[in-house]
Amino acid sequence: MTTPAAQFTDQANRVSRDLRHRRLIQTALGKYEIVRDQRKAAFQDWSAARQAAAETKYDAVNHLDKYLEEFVSKIEARGTKVHWAGNASSAREIITGILRQRNARSVIKSKTMTAEEIHLTEALESAGVKVVESDLGEFIVQLRREPPYHLVFPAMHLTRGEISDLFTRELHSAATDSPEELTMIARRELRKQYLAADAGITGANFAVAETGMIAITENEGNARLTAAMPRLMISLVGIEKILPRLEDLALFLPMLATTGAGQTLTGYNSLYGGPRQPGESDGPEEFHVVLLDNRRTELLADAEQRDALHCIRCGACLNVCPIFRNVGGHTYGTTYSGPIGSVITPHLRGLQDWKHLSSASSLCGACTEACPVKIDLHHHLLQNRRNAAAQKPRRLERLGWKIFGAIVNHPWLYALARLFVRVTEPLHALFAGSRLDFVRGWTQSRDLPPVARQSFKNWWRHRS
Amino acid sequence: MSDREKILGRIREALAVPAPRPGHATTTPADPADLSRRSIRAKAEARCWLPAVGESFNEQIALFRANAADLRADFHLLNSRDELAPRLRQLAQTEGWQRVASHRGEHTQPACNTLNLPVLFTDQSYDPLALEACDVGITGCDALIAQTGSVLVTSRSAGGRAASVLPPHHVVIARREQLLPDLPAAFDLVKRKYQPDYPSFISLITGPSRTGDIERILVLGAHGPKKLTVFCF
Repeated sequence: MTTPAAQFTDQANRVSRDLRHRRLIQTALGKYEIVRDQRKAAFQDWSAARQAAAETKYDAVNHLDKYLEEFVSKIEARGTKVHWAGNASSAREIITGILRQRNARSVIKSKTMTAEEIHLTEALESAGVKVVESDLGEFIVQLRREPPYHLVFPAMHLTRGEISDLFTRELHSAATDSPEELTMIARRELRKQYLAADAGITGANFAVAETGMIAITENEGNARLTAAMPRLMISLVGIEKILPRLEDLALFLPMLATTGAGQTLTGYNSLYGGPRQPGESDGPEEFHVVLLDNRRTELLADAEQRDALHCIRCGACLNVCPIFRNVGGHTYGTTYSGPIGSVITPHLRGLQDWKHLSSASSLCGACTEACPVKIDLHHHLLQNRRNAAAQKPRRLERLGWKIFGAIVNHPWLYALARLFVRVTEPLHALFAGSRLDFVRGWTQSRDLPPVARQSFKNWWRHRS
Repeated sequence: MSDREKILGRIREALAVPAPRPGHATTTPADPADLSRRSIRAKAEARCWLPAVGESFNEQIALFRANAADLRADFHLLNSRDELAPRLRQLAQTEGWQRVASHRGEHTQPACNTLNLPVLFTDQSYDPLALEACDVGITGCDALIAQTGSVLVTSRSAGGRAASVLPPHHVVIARREQLLPDLPAAFDLVKRKYQPDYPSFISLITGPSRTGDIERILVLGAHGPKKLTVFCF
């Protein structure tokens, strides 16, 4: 069985030399940077807004118990049923249970990464429920039977040609190279599903404690239709999605739109506070909210990295990350990819299995700079490295540093080492980069820097 | 112990250790009183950080117009309410509307009555298939927001959840006094108007339905309306 680390290295090697992939990512993210910067510039004071957003989330996360209880009591007062799920399997059971009880056989789903996290679709399908993704990008990757490529842009890695081929094969539509026609094919296909589905499943971008509402941000209208047409609505919400007050949205919605996709505001920002109320003409008869922990409380218990729960899943850190841009989203093998995924996955799925992600970073800090809620991402990667090493020391590495320490502490040893390297350098050149080379990891794509002909000490002594 | 108690228990245990404040990685944690003072200040100041909006009606309407154009929404400022019916009839003719969805709002109902077309009213329960067959949804709104070019609707002001999203064209009827400068004003209005009896659905509609999921190329009308028209008198 391959380990996640081996799989990461393998995929990274393959993807980073795939020129077609590079071109797609460069075009998509190049455009993103231009529009995002325009939107940021429109703010009167982006850095103050960022600080305020960070402090608001700090308040929310550091009083999570209080705000969750407020959220639940307010949303239940409007007839919503709230469920608490300690882990992924409990959340899956709750949701399949609700569907089974109402005899719901088909589900229309709007984009939710939290459902990806708990592998909800697989669970529903094995319970005999038909699941259709309604977000265009998610619909495309569902047809390809693969996970979303990016938190915000799930089908970013595909060309229109590939999507056309996919639609021809799966939906028997005519081939086309127009993104507009492709979108219309999906629109027609999904229209039927909204009207026929027994239940709608959504995620949430925010949960407003003060008024007891969930907020869903989208551009396509698929989440609105999912929340309007079926008679049953279920929303899966991570417990960290809390915002204290309704007016906090005045800051968070435009910031999410700016860093997420370079928009002033996304197309639809909707609040749902309950099922159809007395006097209302449509909307679901029943509304269930499933609050998911799934080891978020373990991250919460790590005070040093607690701010990782501030994340609003805008994807900005992915978009600017040199690693993400080279290795792509699927290489991570995680639900949440890029810098934020590298930080939280070890907490959610085990430090030792996922510690390699902490090294998938140049520590350039572009992610921290891009984060609208000021998560100290690149330092958290260092902390994960430290924690992993403390938990399971790497004896060979320690020995290496001990030897290095001894050499640099003893001038005679240092001189000896220099002599040794001078002698072996031409020999090493004979097999550098080959399979025999013990530093192949470096030399297969780079030269070793030549050893200086003269030591600094020597040069200093003989300077004229 | 229930799952609720278990999770809340884990949260309380975790929070026993305070976390460093954002932007102050090495300092001591904030005291709660200071934090709530800050959040009150933040509320007052959000307006100073968000994109700038002019003070006068003319500046705000110009900003709304510019934002609507960017979003590819059609915005028409009418001189009086009397202009509404002829403009709607004209639109109905150009687009060849056959069936109209609307609700019995103060301005929507009289406007629809002048169209001489079958109207599906979505105030009471209705057949979703009939709504799907409509060419247009004509609704009222709670506000227009200059800062973002958005239309604020609720299940009460726009004839439910679906009339403004299922038909391929959404026409909004708004009055001049519904124009608000910015997002803080919009959420303030929601609170003042509805608290504590909030509608189950509140939405900020910003342009027609859109997607960039294929090669990041903008396409309108992904699932919701391909067109958004705003008449303001």
